[in-house]
Amino acid sequence: MNQQVSNPLSGPHTHGKEDTPKIMRLVLLALTPATAFGIYQFGWPALFLWLITILSCIIFEAFSLWLARKPILSYIGDGSAILTGWLLAMTLPPWAPWWIGVLGGAIAIILGKQVFGGVGQNIFNPAMLARVALLISFPVQMTLWVNPLPMFSAMAPGFVDGLLITLKGFSIDAYSGASVMGHVKTEISNGATLTAALSQTYDNTALALGFVNGSLGETSALLILLGGLYLMRKKIISWHIPVAMIVSTALLATIMHSIDPEHYADALFHVMSGGLILGAFFIATDLVTSPNTKTGQLIFGAGCGLLVYVIRTWGGYPEGVAFAVMLMNAVVPLIDHYVRPRIYGHARSGKTLQYSEKKLARVQQAGED
Amino acid sequence: MKLFRFRGGVHPESHKEAGDKAIEVLPLPAKLYVPVQQHIGAPAETEVQIGNKVLKGQLLAHSQGAISAPIHAPSSGTVIDITEHTAPHPSGLGVRTVIIETDGEDSWVDGLKTINPFELNTEEISARVGAAGIVGLGGATFPSAVKLNLGLTYPISTLIINGGECEPYLTCDDRLMQERPDELIDGIRIMLHALKAKQALIAIEDNKPTAIERMKVAANLFDNVTVTVVPSRYPMGSEKQMVQTLTGLEIPAGKLSADLGVIVHNVGTAFAVRTALRQGRPLVSRIVTVGGGAISSARNLEVPLGTLVSEVFEHCGGFNEDPARILMGGPMMGQLLPHTNVPIVKGSSGVIALTKKEVAINQARPCIRCGSCIASCPCGLLPLEMAARAKSGELQGAVDYGLMDCISCGSCSYVCPSHIPLVQYFNYAKGELAARRRHKQKADETRKLADIKIQRLEKEEQAKQEAAARRKAEREAKKKQQEAASA
Amino acid sequence: MIIAIMSLSLLGLGLGVMLGLAGRYLKVEQDPIVIEIEAMLPGSQCGQCGFPGCAPAAEALAEGSASVTLCPPGGRLLAEELAAKLGVTADFSGMDEDEPSLAAVSESTCIGCTRCFKVCPTDAIMGAPKQIHTVFKEACTGCKACVEVCPTECLQMHPIKVTLGTWSWPKPALAA
Repeated sequence: MNQQVSNPLSGPHTHGKEDTPKIMRLVLLALTPATAFGIYQFGWPALFLWLITILSCIIFEAFSLWLARKPILSYIGDGSAILTGWLLAMTLPPWAPWWIGVLGGAIAIILGKQVFGGVGQNIFNPAMLARVALLISFPVQMTLWVNPLPMFSAMAPGFVDGLLITLKGFSIDAYSGASVMGHVKTEISNGATLTAALSQTYDNTALALGFVNGSLGETSALLILLGGLYLMRKKIISWHIPVAMIVSTALLATIMHSIDPEHYADALFHVMSGGLILGAFFIATDLVTSPNTKTGQLIFGAGCGLLVYVIRTWGGYPEGVAFAVMLMNAVVPLIDHYVRPRIYGHARSGKTLQYSEKKLARVQQAGED
Repeated sequence: MKLFRFRGGVHPESHKEAGDKAIEVLPLPAKLYVPVQQHIGAPAETEVQIGNKVLKGQLLAHSQGAISAPIHAPSSGTVIDITEHTAPHPSGLGVRTVIIETDGEDSWVDGLKTINPFELNTEEISARVGAAGIVGLGGATFPSAVKLNLGLTYPISTLIINGGECEPYLTCDDRLMQERPDELIDGIRIMLHALKAKQALIAIEDNKPTAIERMKVAANLFDNVTVTVVPSRYPMGSEKQMVQTLTGLEIPAGKLSADLGVIVHNVGTAFAVRTALRQGRPLVSRIVTVGGGAISSARNLEVPLGTLVSEVFEHCGGFNEDPARILMGGPMMGQLLPHTNVPIVKGSSGVIALTKKEVAINQARPCIRCGSCIASCPCGLLPLEMAARAKSGELQGAVDYGLMDCISCGSCSYVCPSHIPLVQYFNYAKGELAARRRHKQKADETRKLADIKIQRLEKEEQAKQEAAARRKAEREAKKKQQEAASA
Repeated sequence: MIIAIMSLSLLGLGLGVMLGLAGRYLKVEQDPIVIEIEAMLPGSQCGQCGFPGCAPAAEALAEGSASVTLCPPGGRLLAEELAAKLGVTADFSGMDEDEPSLAAVSESTCIGCTRCFKVCPTDAIMGAPKQIHTVFKEACTGCKACVEVCPTECLQMHPIKVTLGTWSWPKPALAA
């Protein structure tokens, strides 16, 4: 009768509705409008690249789990590999060859996640790690942008042609074009003024709605924003990182633009173009690699925004989101170490709370009223 | 009255179906299993022997030491055994239990005095509360007499009566407030008198409108007793969070609420105090909510202590499906029972049989560092960091992150998307640290004893040598004498 | 190129000299680890490790000439702590998986020979010649020295039973 229970379970004995696969699904849902639009803009090759990247992430994840002797289906079932692949695909040039997707998937999953110990243990955002590695190793393929050719339109490649483009490559002269940020940066470094550079390529509406070239995720800022707001509504992410990041970049841009309007782009340009909005809502907010506390998240977001602006303006690359996020990821453990909430019953310093006589007396008085 | 907000907290589904069910008296069971430990502190020591006939309310075991409580017979009958019986504890271990076969008469012991409590002083009231075996009936089971005596050493301005009952399913306090408000107010006023406090605040969660109304009517007669409605959010019923909500102050770490001039007691305790002081009757029964999806009909029962949980469930019509977990208490902080052959004790606010769907806990996944646990923690801790350290054996690291400030409310585990059993990690770490402390204490004691033995042996050795030297000196002296004599 | 070679060589020389000086003048004289290790050992001087006491055992451990699994009363917990402190890995499989136990005298077979209390390191056994002996459980460390000398085998080790007061939660058993 007094048999000791071998595996007692402690409370709580009930649970809320939160679930990791559900979180991943909601993020994927939030990404869908922008992705669908991007695929429509860039046609079949974009679709194939997107599929190949995600598939390769899943396969490498399964392989790593098999090596680590962990239960494959339940781990892949949480959807984090699919999300990594999807985000990576959003940042690749839409007509990149198939092996960019496969290599990217391998780097993201194996080097970006599994060697650290699997999901939840990585320091760097896996998609950004892969993107940066690819950018540095294959600068040509990773900066070959194409002008948008909406699917099913006259000039756009069809299903088979699209497949061939992804598998074999395409004639550069026929389709390619510089991304907006790349064009602006090149022109400015050649001595042109901002007005001249911009007049050739862009208007704000086009940038917002996405009728410009760039990667899948860089085009429609508006749809990404809508997805991000949806995630905030569903309480998957909070406002701290996106707002801190965007405000930080915008603030710096405004300051520099007011100092020298002809050589420094204004806040709206910076916010609308490139991957800033995608980075702010979907990449920097990655749960595993962002700080635990809300204050920490504000610091992290501000740091990301600052670095994005610095790299874009004075760095060697036209786009800085991936580098900025990874650099701040390295600082996150430090942020988490120093930024902690105040514990109940303790002062901020960690010592036991001491109330003044006055405060205690006031409470006792309040009761008597 | 201005209320303050505590951080974090969660909103589990309240499942207060039994809130409409009036308290039913459970028919007297054939046997009662009364453990000698139903409270925090030292177990009570048995005074009765096997074969003794006892009356209801008769002392079975007296308290031991300052933090302890006596145990009384919940009904009249014969003591048929005093042995180890399974305790209502997840470990399945036994506790010394007095088993009484009831005679059906349910006759009270003689000599129960009814007096006017307002003529007694603090020590006299506390002594009677202690002698009646009253402990915190909210579940903590801390001896109430000790708490009432705090009025002697601390200036107490406010008595907070905890009518929160934030745990899902439980409605025993709700029904008590609905059905016996006048007795409750009487008990509260007795406590006020004992503590010499200026006012009593009865905190009731806003999901109990009838209880609020009835208590307001009863409290209206007295200026120093007020009903305060608090928002229903788990863990509102926790002492730390209740004090923060009502006063805006936090109980400083390592200190008591009395340091703020506040004492908190459960409504059930107030009722028991009233019964003990006005009728002279010790604590022998309590209200228990029976609930959960696997129970055919949820209800509130007045149960004699020592009734087996299996009999309680049987009275309620048994199970309508196989329960996934049977708990004593609520689903958040309740204890898993090893089986139903365990008794109802003083801290049993409810027994609930949950279905798998209600439990809704999946296989745990790795932590994704989402921070939901941090957002829900009412104590401002970092559960994910503490659990990671507890898991890897870095217990001191877990303590540095605030493990000892954790109240084990379960909010973090409730919201974790990876379904990690965070609270079990904390319980494991706390238990392991306590075991190591005991181990170290034993090692220190051992070292002292070993040193004492070595000293004893050295002294004996020294004494032997001195004795040998003395004898040698005596022999020399004798030899010299002989030589001198013969010379 | 000459400049590069010269500068690197000078740097190497300079750093080497600094290290040498530091090794000489900033050297730690006494090894504090021996004291720390001795504090970790049970201190009952029972001799089961083969050393004449806990202090020599601590020195041997610090030197590395003794294995961290040498102390039966300390058990596996102590072995793990020592391994962590000394930064060594050890094979704990040889350790007795016995739970901590206490000695008890079976009164029907005790002949009052007094051999046991003479060897008990903490004086946990009370007795006198021709009188039945008894063990004070609170002082017993489970070192088994008495069991080995008892001629009638009336001294036996009994595992300490877990009670509600000493039970603690196990770590959650997870697949993760």
